[in-house]
Amino acid sequence: MRQRYDFGYFLSEGFHSIFTHGFMSFAAVCMIVCCLLIMGSFTLVAVNAESMFSDLEAENQFTAYIDETIPQDEARALQDDIEAVPNVSRAEFVTKEQAQEDFEARYEGNELFEGLPADTYRDRFHIYLDDISLLAETEAAVKEVAGVADTQSAPEIAEGFTVIRNIAGAVAVILVVILLAVSLFIIANTIKLATFNRREEIAIMKMCGATNAFVRWPFVFEGLILGLVGAVVAFFLQWGIYVLVGNAISGEDTISLITVLPFQPMALRVLGVFVLTGFVIGAGGSLAAIRKFLQV
Amino acid sequence: MIRLIDIQKSYDNGTKALKGVNLRIDDGEFVFLVGPSGSGKSTIIKLITAEIAPSGGRLMVNGYNLNNIRPRQVPYMRRTLGVIFQDFRLIEKKTVKENLTFAMRAVGASPREIRKRVPYVLDLVGLDQKGDRMPSQLSGGEQQRVAIARALVNNPKMIIADEPTGNLDPMRSLEIMMLLERINELGTTLLVVTHEKELVNRFSKRVVAIENGRIISDETGGYYNNETTI
Ligand SMILES: Nc1ncnc2c1ncn2[C@@H]1O[C@H](COP(=O)(O)OP(=O)(O)OP(=O)(O)O)[C@@H](O)[C@H]1O
Ligand SMILES: [Mg+2]
Repeated sequence: MRQRYDFGYFLSEGFHSIFTHGFMSFAAVCMIVCCLLIMGSFTLVAVNAESMFSDLEAENQFTAYIDETIPQDEARALQDDIEAVPNVSRAEFVTKEQAQEDFEARYEGNELFEGLPADTYRDRFHIYLDDISLLAETEAAVKEVAGVADTQSAPEIAEGFTVIRNIAGAVAVILVVILLAVSLFIIANTIKLATFNRREEIAIMKMCGATNAFVRWPFVFEGLILGLVGAVVAFFLQWGIYVLVGNAISGEDTISLITVLPFQPMALRVLGVFVLTGFVIGAGGSLAAIRKFLQV
Repeated sequence: MIRLIDIQKSYDNGTKALKGVNLRIDDGEFVFLVGPSGSGKSTIIKLITAEIAPSGGRLMVNGYNLNNIRPRQVPYMRRTLGVIFQDFRLIEKKTVKENLTFAMRAVGASPREIRKRVPYVLDLVGLDQKGDRMPSQLSGGEQQRVAIARALVNNPKMIIADEPTGNLDPMRSLEIMMLLERINELGTTLLVVTHEKELVNRFSKRVVAIENGRIISDETGGYYNNETTI
């Protein structure tokens, strides 16, 4: 004899019990929302920091512009002089035509930079450093080389970016894992409180000959529904908070040292991760909570 | 059919609740199980429903050997039993009908079977007018009738009642007992645990008396005359 499974029934039982146990459901959803918001906010800060660090790291170099009066082949010959400067690991010659191409490719679709004559650009060297902490001295020395008109570097560059970034990455992963564990624990306990009144109900079902699977399913659906509701609520709250905080930072930060990534392109991924995490927390919490009551 | 052969039961704290009980109940019988408080009556019921396992001896219930039953088989064994308790154990947040539907759902009955069976059982226990009430809107006797209806609804071979009239006045108790007798006449085996001497003596049934974990008398058409009781 096989047990018949009627998932419509499980779903409606699960849904029903969310309303019959209104307050506990509300508490569980609040917990899920809080956990997701904490995790989400932390992850978004990490993503922003990561993107800023990688921008900065890419600038382990500076550019030296060559005097326009110098012909291109003479300019190219300056490479040896520049590479002779201490702490320069490598100098890469870029013609003005190439510079124009690169620039236009980078700002594709931006009319402001389109169709400018190649004369607007200068021949240049991209200069890579051995030790980024000596940037200022190296830059000054390169400026002294005859034929170099000017140099440009990103002033924010500090040493040790890579190290900081690696540490920050590791800390982020550890914190997210801890948060996930803590939220699972809290949810399991919230749902355990919610199911405590239902021990009797479960005992009655089992006395009537219900299988464990039969008893479990409505709880799983209940957890999934709570997880979904929590995820959607958390998503919109997260969006609002992100935009508010982002605007506040951009408003304060007059020199635009910090660039806040826009939310929209990440929205779908955030929603996806929230819903998945909500499902895991909700269903996992329910199952953990009723496990004890099933031993009747 | 139930068979207990030299059943022993010691609880984890060392209490020896049963000290070698032999009992055989055949299909169609009506049996009273009587005895003083703490004599081991509920322990026997819990062994039969597989809530607890025996410490020794052999135990058969409706064709299932409970000595080595697999956990996944327990629900199917329980479907051959209907259980009734002193405190009714209804789901307070469901109506009378929903309580019965719930029990049928639990064993995988189809909506059609449920629609047919629930009114029949409610009628049998005399509650056909009160199916939509909540348990809290019923008297104690009526609530016990709902519990009896629930025990019956899945058409078990046997009904086991642990002090079903313990919370009821003598008049209601008699009514409940007569209902159980009627159910027995319709073909269901009955095992009824009770303290109530008067009640037992109004019916001429088999009476099994237990004291201190041992069966001390077992007489058909018996009379409950244990002096030490209550
Ligand atoms: N879970 C338990 N753990 C330890 N001892 C128990 C447990 N349940 C019952 N006992 C003990 O086992 C003995 C038999 O208990 P049981 O409940 O079977 O008695 P009973 O005949 O049903 O009594 P009553 O008429 O009061 O319901 C008693 O001494 C009781 O204290
Ligand atoms: Mg008892």
